[in-house]
Amino acid sequence: MLEINDLHVSIDGKEILKGIDLTVNAGEVHAIMGPNGSGKSTLTRVLAGHPSCRVTGGSVTYEGKDLLAMSIEDRARAGVFLAFQYPIDIPGVNNTYFLRSALNEVRRSRGLEELDAVDFLTVLREKMKIVEMNESFLARPVNEGFSGGEKKRNEILQMAVLEPKLAVLDETDSGLDIDALRVVAGGVNRMRSPERAILLVTHYQRLLDYITPDRVHVLMEGKVVLSGEKELALHLEEKGYAWVKEP
Amino acid sequence: MTDAGSFLDKEYPYGFVTPVDADAAPRGLNEDIIRFISKKKDEPEFMLRWRLKAFAGWKKMKEPAWASLKYPPIDYQDIIYYSAPRSKKDGPKSLEDVDREILETYKKLGIPLEEQKRLAGVAVDAVFDSVSVATTFKEKLKEYGVIFCPFSEAVRAHPELIEKYLGSVVPVTDNYFAALNSAVFSDGSFCYIPKGVRCPMELSTYFRINAAEIGQFERTLIVADDDACVSYLEGCTAPIRDKNQLHAAVVELVAHDRASIKYSTVQNWYAGDREGRGGIYNFVTKRGLCRGQRSRISWTQVETGSAITWKYPGCILKGDDSVGEFYSVAVVNNHQQADTGTRMIHLGKGTKSTIISKGISARFGKATYRGLVKMLPNAVNARNYTQCDSLLIGDRCGANTFPYIEVENRSSRVEHEATTSRIDEDQLFYCRQRGMSADNAVSMIVNGFCKEVFKNLPMEFAVEASRLLGVTLEGSVG
Repeated sequence: MLEINDLHVSIDGKEILKGIDLTVNAGEVHAIMGPNGSGKSTLTRVLAGHPSCRVTGGSVTYEGKDLLAMSIEDRARAGVFLAFQYPIDIPGVNNTYFLRSALNEVRRSRGLEELDAVDFLTVLREKMKIVEMNESFLARPVNEGFSGGEKKRNEILQMAVLEPKLAVLDETDSGLDIDALRVVAGGVNRMRSPERAILLVTHYQRLLDYITPDRVHVLMEGKVVLSGEKELALHLEEKGYAWVKEP
Repeated sequence: MTDAGSFLDKEYPYGFVTPVDADAAPRGLNEDIIRFISKKKDEPEFMLRWRLKAFAGWKKMKEPAWASLKYPPIDYQDIIYYSAPRSKKDGPKSLEDVDREILETYKKLGIPLEEQKRLAGVAVDAVFDSVSVATTFKEKLKEYGVIFCPFSEAVRAHPELIEKYLGSVVPVTDNYFAALNSAVFSDGSFCYIPKGVRCPMELSTYFRINAAEIGQFERTLIVADDDACVSYLEGCTAPIRDKNQLHAAVVELVAHDRASIKYSTVQNWYAGDREGRGGIYNFVTKRGLCRGQRSRISWTQVETGSAITWKYPGCILKGDDSVGEFYSVAVVNNHQQADTGTRMIHLGKGTKSTIISKGISARFGKATYRGLVKMLPNAVNARNYTQCDSLLIGDRCGANTFPYIEVENRSSRVEHEATTSRIDEDQLFYCRQRGMSADNAVSMIVNGFCKEVFKNLPMEFAVEASRLLGVTLEGSVG
């Protein structure tokens, strides 16, 4: 589904990713781990097309297409979803309206009929159960005044509504207490399916207690330095990232 | 941003010119021109005297320079002050007499004047350059005793009402542009709602500037007698021309005891091109007088057009417990400049006013809010609440807020809140990552920002305003 080849990315003239290779197949969950500043967030952002990321080399193929040539919204409409580490506030726009506009724009691009307010609400209520959110959330402005945990749950809800093929989660576990972490992880697990690939970016092994990855990759200084099975995460937790560097 | 230039600039869809044979005054301004206009309108003597008094006052006045607006000096002798489509007789008697071309124009603008295709429940007065060309639903309104007609017709048919109310809210020499308007105004709408009548439909005037190099100077006067109630809508467009055109209107509202007037404007004059060439100079004086106790006047404006906007719709709250409201959205894109706001003058006891102003600036646009809240000594227990928010799109535009507050008694309360925010790259990225196009994302964010104002517009107008906002800002993030 996703094939990254020798990807080089600069931000503000500074090279952050220095040749990433990564292949993710449908049905798989991959965890990307690494210390602060290793380029994890940049990797998620370049996949989504953030304007600050300048690709200086390499390629990204998504479902056989050149992902890097697509606009931000075309990537989203093609099924790429990014759960933000720091979700953005949109004052005055309520959650229901925001999500319905997004879903309908995605549906339109796929030649599907738009959902009216009533049908959409039925879908939304069903998905809200996944992240244990209550009704009052619907009328609140997007992310405005949300607690850290609420913001992250909202990201998972958006993912559940938009049903992406490739879900990229950027440090979705950071800043969550244990209950919120359980809810968020539960939401992600519900999204696992043979047609969907999930890329989990995390600093800590903790999230992987709840979501078992098929593969774990260690990112350091802009490169994947080590890949392995889920046990690799446990090793890292025990020995720290410095261990990877040792010969 | 990375997608610079990839969005098409939405062209101003109302920028066409209608080829009509026009009857125009010679260029320039002097007493003869004023006599010419007055004669064209077949006006009673008092009107001519009134105009000449205004002209004499205007000649002694100076164009105001205090607004945060930059524009080359206006040559008032290089403007044509009167232009009317040449019709069979002075003023069409019925819709059959209206020039086909003009009917087509309004159809293109989405305002069908033929009554069989009329907008449900909205009576329209259509003003084309200097004259009113059609007023719909006159007969139906007459049943309720509501007078709704072109101003020039009102001057002839109801001189007593005109003499009583014209200039009673905006005196002839109130300000430079109002004085100019008083001297040369050629048409507009007049509306009178008799005692105890709730106007059975929305009234609206649609202003269209067609001829080149003319100035449009219209005058609107709305009087709501005791316990009367009316909602009035105003819309405006003009052709695309590379020269600036002057529009200096005056609107006066009078609300008697317990009367209520709701005045909504969607202003979409031609704004000039991306480089700031052409566009309308919009210098407008709008004021309402809450003359009676517990009367209410509410201004709602959505300003998306014009190269320059200079406009401060206000209320004089004279009647005890009267209420004044001002809800405004002003959008400036490209090189547009807007200096707009309101004046709330509290004279009566227990008077209340609310001001909600939303300014949006994109590209090189410059938006200024300028508002005055004044509580006079007799305005015991008066209250005002003001909220001014600015939204910036990109980093080359600007926004200013100038609140003037004068309180001359101890029991009044004034509250003022102001915020400035910016649509940033990350907000857009977030929306687009969820599948929305950049233009839809901007439109959604801006609509969210303007929500408190839009909910005060009549339903159909609110939909139109929201759409217009989207169109105005299309390409603004390129």
